[in-house]
Amino acid sequence: MATATFRIWRGESGRGEFVDYATETTEGMVVLDAVHQIQAAQAPDLAVRWNCKAGKCGSCSAEINGHPKLMCMARLSDIDLHEPVTIEPMRAFPHHRDLVTDVSWNFRVKTKIRKFTPRKPDAADGTWRMLQEDVDRVQEHRKCIECFLCQDVCHVLRDHHLHEEFIGPRFLVYVAALEMHPLDVLDRREELRKAHGIGYCNITKCCTTVCPENIKITDNAIIPLKERVVDQAFDPLVKLARLFRKKGTPEE
Amino acid sequence: MAEVQHFDHDVLVIGAGGAGLRAAIEAAARGASVGLVCKSLLGKAHTVMAEGGVAAALANVDDRDDWRVHFADTMRGGQYLNNWRMAELHAREAPARVRELEAWGALFDRTADGKILQRNFGGHRYPRLAHVGDRTGLEMIRTLQDYGVHQGIDVHMEVTVLRLFTREGRIAGALAYDRERGRFRLFRAKAVVLATGGIGRAYRITSNSWEYTGDGHALAWQAGAALQDMEFVQFHPTGMIWPPSVRGILVTEAVRGEGGILLNQEGHRFMFDDIPPNYRAQTADTPEEGWRYVMGDKNARRPPELLTRDHVARCIMREVRAGRGSPHGGVFLDIAWIKEKIPNAAEHIKKKLPSMYHQFKQLADIDITATPMEIGPTTHYVMGGVRVDGDTQMSTLPGLFAAGEVAAGLHGANRLGGNSLSDLLVFGKRAGEFAAGYAREHPALAPDPGEVNEVTREALAPFDQPTGENPYAIQHDLQDVMQDLVGIVRREDEMSRAAEELGKLKARARHAGVAGNREYNPGWHTALDLQPLLIVSEAILRSAQARQESRGGHFRDHFPDKAAELGGVNFVVERDPPGTMTLRTMPIPPMPEELKQIVEENK
Repeated sequence: MATATFRIWRGESGRGEFVDYATETTEGMVVLDAVHQIQAAQAPDLAVRWNCKAGKCGSCSAEINGHPKLMCMARLSDIDLHEPVTIEPMRAFPHHRDLVTDVSWNFRVKTKIRKFTPRKPDAADGTWRMLQEDVDRVQEHRKCIECFLCQDVCHVLRDHHLHEEFIGPRFLVYVAALEMHPLDVLDRREELRKAHGIGYCNITKCCTTVCPENIKITDNAIIPLKERVVDQAFDPLVKLARLFRKKGTPEE
Repeated sequence: MAEVQHFDHDVLVIGAGGAGLRAAIEAAARGASVGLVCKSLLGKAHTVMAEGGVAAALANVDDRDDWRVHFADTMRGGQYLNNWRMAELHAREAPARVRELEAWGALFDRTADGKILQRNFGGHRYPRLAHVGDRTGLEMIRTLQDYGVHQGIDVHMEVTVLRLFTREGRIAGALAYDRERGRFRLFRAKAVVLATGGIGRAYRITSNSWEYTGDGHALAWQAGAALQDMEFVQFHPTGMIWPPSVRGILVTEAVRGEGGILLNQEGHRFMFDDIPPNYRAQTADTPEEGWRYVMGDKNARRPPELLTRDHVARCIMREVRAGRGSPHGGVFLDIAWIKEKIPNAAEHIKKKLPSMYHQFKQLADIDITATPMEIGPTTHYVMGGVRVDGDTQMSTLPGLFAAGEVAAGLHGANRLGGNSLSDLLVFGKRAGEFAAGYAREHPALAPDPGEVNEVTREALAPFDQPTGENPYAIQHDLQDVMQDLVGIVRREDEMSRAAEELGKLKARARHAGVAGNREYNPGWHTALDLQPLLIVSEAILRSAQARQESRGGHFRDHFPDKAAELGGVNFVVERDPPGTMTLRTMPIPPMPEELKQIVEENK
C-alpha cells in the first residue's frame, strides 16, 4: 500500500499553519477519506464539516491544491500524490477552525430574497399543470446543493468582500430559479439590480467552473437575469410607462 | 458550574430534515414560537440523500390507485406489525401533503398532461412515487427550508442535544451544545418534537451520514418514553460495494423501478427463484411480463426485483453465501441491458437516474449506461423508534412528540421505498400541529438546575482524561459488533457474544478521552455520540433476541419462518428507575372492520 502526504491547514479564527500528515492510500479513496483516516488515528480534533459523503449535501467544501472542491468527490487517483496534497478551508468566508468556515452569511442572504409566490391553481382541486420542458429549465437551478464553492471562488466576494452589496452566484441561481419558475408571479428585477447587486458580476465564469452539480451558472442563470434586468431598466417603452404610472414620484 | 445560554420556545423541534422542518412550519403556522435545532447546517440533513421519490396515491399515472391500495400495500410490506392507524392516516393524507409542496415551490417531474409524474417502486402495486429524477429528497428539503425560513422559526444550526428534562411527569426542556464554540444551550420548551432520524452509524456498512447516531431514540428512552420495534432495521439491498471507500453509499431503488435487473456471477436473474407466497399473485411470471410492467402495461405484474427490500436483501445474501456473488462480495445490478429494449437507452438512463450516473462515473469509474453495477446490502433505515400515538404523534411521555424515522409504527417490520418521504410530511405536520396545541394548554416548566449541571459535567468528562481511549476506535469497534453479530442474519450465539461486547464497550466509553479544546472538536463530538449509539445498539440487540422468528427486516437463522403468535405483538423497550433497559411485549390492538376489509380486498 502506498503512502501520501496531506498538508492540512490547522488553526483557529484565521490564524494557523499547514501541518503535514502521512497516511496510507487505497483504491478509490477520496480526499475526505484521507482526512477521516488522519482524524481517527493522528488528529482526533481535526475540524472538518461533512455529511453525506456522496456529493449530495454540499457540506465538505474545501480548497484542494488551491482548487475549490467537495472533498468527498475529489478522488486521489486524479491528484498527483508525489507532492503533498494541500487542503485548506474556503477562503472567502470567516474562518472557524481547521477546515471549517463560517458560512452563515449565505443563510442570511437567502432570507432577504422574496419567497416563491404561485399563481392561482389551474384546476378546481387546487393543482397546477406544467410541461416537463418548462420544468426542466428550472430543475437545472434547483439541483444546487448549496456547497457555496461558487461563492468561495467569486472575486466580488473573495477579493473585494462586497458581501453587503452582492448576493453572489449561488443566490443569483436561486433568484433565477424563482424568476423562471412556471408558477411564480413576482417580479424581482428591481431588487436584483439594487439590493442583490447583479451588476457586480462581470461574467468571468469562475463559478460555473467549480460547480460540482455542473450548473451553467453564468450562461443559464446570471446572463438571462442580466438580460431581464436590462430590458426592464432601459427599455424606453417601459420607462415611459413608468413615468406615467408613478406621476409625481421622482425617478431615482 | 459550566456556563449555559438560555433559550425559551413554545415548541422545540430537534432535527431539521423533512420531518423536523415540516413540524416546525406547522407549529409556527399555528402561532407557536418555535426553535429548530439541527445537528448540521440547515438543509444538509439526511433527507437530502433520499433519491427515488415520495409515495402518495395521487393516481396521476394509474387511476386504479387510491389511499386504500396504498394502505394495504404498506400493511403487507410491514407484515401487519404496523400501527394501522398511522398507515391509514399516512395513505389518506400523503396526496395533500405532496400537493402542498408544489404550492410551496417544489417542481416534480411531469406527466404528458402536465400533472405530477409517478414511478414504480418495490412493494407498491401501482406507479406511486412522485419524484424529481433521482434527487427527490433534495427537492423536498430545499422546498421546506426555503419556505420555512420565512415563517419566523429560530434556527439553531450545528447544535446537538445531549439530554431531555422532565418535571412533574412531562417534558420541560433540553440541554445541547453548539459545535462551533462548544458552549452549552439550555432550551426551555412546553413541547418537544423529536425528528432526529435513524441509527445507521451503529453499523459499519451504512448509507447514513455521521449524524445518524440514534440521538432521538436515546433521548426519548433516557427521558422515560417507550421505544418499540427496535429489532427491525432495514438493510437496503443495493448499496455500492466497490471501491472500498464508497462501500455502503446508496444506489436508489429507482434503478430497479426503471427496469434494472439483478444478476449473479453466472448472469442468472436470480430474483425469479424465490417469490414469497403473499406476493405471488402480484409478481410477474416471466422477464417479458416484468418488462411490460416497467413500460406501463396495466395488465402486467411487477418484476421480482421490485419485491420488498427485506426480501431482496436476503436473496442477494443467499447468492453471495452460495458462492455465486460478484468479485467484491455482492451481485450485479444492470440497467444498461434496457438498450436491447428501447432506443436512446443511454440518454434515457441519464435523464431518469442522473445522480446514479454521476455517482458511479465519479466514484467508481463505471458508466452505468454500459456496464452493470456491483452492489450489496447496506444499513439504511430503522423501522423501530419512539412509540407514539397514531393521531397526535405524542410519545408515552406527555409533551414529547416524535415524527419521521425516529418514530415507530407506520412501517411495521419493513418499510416500503418512498413511504419515508411521505411519512416525514404527513407526521411532521401532525407532530407540529399537536405539539403547538399541547404548548398552548400547558405552562412552561423549568428544568432542574442540578440535573442540568450534572449533564454538563458528564459531557465535559472526556476532557479530564486526555490520555483516555480514542473515541473513534470505540465507535469503530461498536460498528463491527453490530455489523458482524446483529446484522442481516441473526444467530443466537452471535447475539450472546454481542451482548458481552456491548458491555465491554460501555465500560470503554466511560474512559474515552479527548485532547484539545471545546471549539469544533470532532473527537469530543464522537465521544459524546457514543452514548446514544450504545443505547440504540442495546435496544436493537435486546429486541432482536426476543423476537424468535423471521419477519420483515428481522431474520433469525434458527427461526427462519414467521411465528403466528408473534404476528400480533410489538416489543417495547423502556427504562426502569435505576436506569437499566427493560423489554416487554405489547399486543397490537385489533384493526377496525373497515380497514380489515380493505386489507382483504387487496390481497
